[in-house]
Amino acid sequence: MPSGRTETRSADSRRGIVRDALGIAIASGAYAISFGAISTAAGLSILQTCFLSAVMFTGASQFALVGVIGAGGGVWAGTAAAALLGSRNALYGLRLASLLDVRGLRRALAAQFVIDETTAMAIARDDASLSRFAFWATGMLLFAFWNTGTLIGAIAAHAFSNPRALGLDAGPPAAFLALLAPRLRAREPLAIALAAGVVATAILPFVPAGVPLLVVAVLVSVYGVLRMQR
Amino acid sequence: MIWGGLVVACLACYAFKLAGLSLPQRWLEDSRVQRTVPLIPVALLAALVATQTFSTGRHLVLDVRAAALGVAVIAVLLRAPFLVVVVAAAATAALLRLL
Repeated sequence: MPSGRTETRSADSRRGIVRDALGIAIASGAYAISFGAISTAAGLSILQTCFLSAVMFTGASQFALVGVIGAGGGVWAGTAAAALLGSRNALYGLRLASLLDVRGLRRALAAQFVIDETTAMAIARDDASLSRFAFWATGMLLFAFWNTGTLIGAIAAHAFSNPRALGLDAGPPAAFLALLAPRLRAREPLAIALAAGVVATAILPFVPAGVPLLVVAVLVSVYGVLRMQR
Repeated sequence: MIWGGLVVACLACYAFKLAGLSLPQRWLEDSRVQRTVPLIPVALLAALVATQTFSTGRHLVLDVRAAALGVAVIAVLLRAPFLVVVVAAAATAALLRLL
């Protein structure tokens, strides 16, 4: 009975996907605890912190927003950094569009789950229905753990009156570094990262807060476009 | 004021997510877009690491955060989980301030 065997194999695949998705979600929950703590230490309320995890739901942008606010850069500089970092999700959506094949309300809901982890889980399948299952399973589990972790971290850090004494101001750079590291596996991104760090630091004393990030974003975009013309 | 920024940032991030699922595929399949967009997070995250470690406001400073970043680099090289990297850096800064 080939069809029966196929169904069994599909059920096995789905169990495997749920197990992987749960692993990713638990790891993200731990990461969300640090986000919650850093966000309230930066001066955001518990409600604002949880709002970001539920509505923005894209880690690097969330860390950038509260990191810039915490460093005194102002909320609009943080907004710009968060939006720029969110631009990569458009490319993930592009890769997922044909796999997911969603319309209307389901597309509006699916869009919220278009992030690094769900994309990686969905494109790793060789079967379209398993891709869709992996996308939704990862998205829903991660959303649940991400928001729970954020609330725990926010409440825990809120209980302390002096976050600097806990070293929480050293948290954001470490968080950014941990997000950056997996993207540095080739020589070009490593060179870009070093150049961006040097340029941003060098111009920082001479321009308003937040501008170094915008300058770096413009420079790397110009570099990316010009390089292609060669 | 802060809520306004949060809402705008959330809308912008959602717009990017939805754009990928909705815009004509050929716009985003342009090779310049494909090669450039992944470089933006690399440059921004690196700029954030550097500026948030070596400055306070608009002043360049060298303090315990530099040591904390050094510990974070070691933790990343050892492939420590995300939370361990952040906690190790924070603990380093906290301990050095106690001394």
